Amino acid sequence: MNYWKEFTKGIWEKNPILILGIGMCPTLAVTTSVSNALWMALATTFVLISSNILVSMIKGFVPFHIRIPIFITIIASFVTIVELTLHAFQPDVYKALGIFIPLIVVNCMILGRAEEFASKNCIVLSILDGLGMGIGFCLTLVVLSFFRETLGANKLFGLTLIPGMNPATAMILPPGAFITLGLMLWALNVFNSRRSR
Amino acid sequence: MEIKVLFTILISTIFINNYVLSQMLGLCPFLGVSKKLDSALGMGLAVIFVMTLASFITFLLYKYILVPYEITFLRTISFILVIASLVQLVEMVIEKVTPGLYLSLGIFLPLITTNCAVLGVAVLNVNSGFVTAEYGLIKSVVQGFGAGIGFTLALLLMAGIRERLELAKIPRNLQGLPITFITAGLLALAFLGFAGMKI
Repeated sequence: MNYWKEFTKGIWEKNPILILGIGMCPTLAVTTSVSNALWMALATTFVLISSNILVSMIKGFVPFHIRIPIFITIIASFVTIVELTLHAFQPDVYKALGIFIPLIVVNCMILGRAEEFASKNCIVLSILDGLGMGIGFCLTLVVLSFFRETLGANKLFGLTLIPGMNPATAMILPPGAFITLGLMLWALNVFNSRRSR
Repeated sequence: MEIKVLFTILISTIFINNYVLSQMLGLCPFLGVSKKLDSALGMGLAVIFVMTLASFITFLLYKYILVPYEITFLRTISFILVIASLVQLVEMVIEKVTPGLYLSLGIFLPLITTNCAVLGVAVLNVNSGFVTAEYGLIKSVVQGFGAGIGFTLALLLMAGIRERLELAKIPRNLQGLPITFITAGLLALAFLGFAGMKI
């Protein structure tokens, strides 16, 4: 059951955004539409799982004092792969995500998992951990972008929802991101305190 | 080149395109180090310093090494490594030269490596075409400096508000991160007012 636990912990009880509060920049910046959020989550999850695999493979012979630069180099290489691939095959996505693709490197979630988990555990567990964290990240991004896109642009996946209605544009601008995430965290707190009562 | 151009870059990076509140870069330190005013100031000064220096170094690296040898696809890897080693170097120099400053800034320097605003400003300098532009080096450095000032401004505003919030009666479920995010949202709303500014 250990495997199952490592997989599910990222989705709910150790959700990287809602519980641990890391990886905020891409979360808030790219959630203007659900499709952007999905692409971002996909790219981040790919980098996370690949770096987890590689870090877990080389954990035996990485000198302790220079482990952080090594991890960052590994992560940056995978980010470059993602960047070039998206540029070649999905130019629209590449343009929409813009600067936040190279910035996957400094997403604290990926370095955090490499340091905290993958450098201490075997490959299978590291893959499951990366997958779980990626799914948790993805779900949060999708929920956040769902509220922002429907309220802020009156659209879902680019299709207009209610014709003739004026959207609340502030929701797809930066303030909407902060406030929506704040309210999501509040709702989570309310849910948890109700349940524990 | 006129001084006006530099002034425009400075104003737009501080207010109109504020890195934290309009472009959403560097949110981790913005949320993490904004509990107290004096630590926010320390973090802000360290970020201004590193951003200015990083803009300078990454510009030279891109223009004189990556472009001539046609290895621009190594941009992300080389920039992050240069920034990480730069931060380490700055930390060692400050520790040796001015121990007093090290005591107040030292703990913030390692955090800056994973501050996405620093890598962000380096990548944005390249993306905004400064590499081929006239006087690109000065423009990059001014943009880095302005971005640092803008970050510090947002951090200080947030820290001031959060110090007052400590005394306020906040519903239990809103305490901590939720109220911080909502405050940041209101600040960002205020900064949207600069978006209409024409210079």
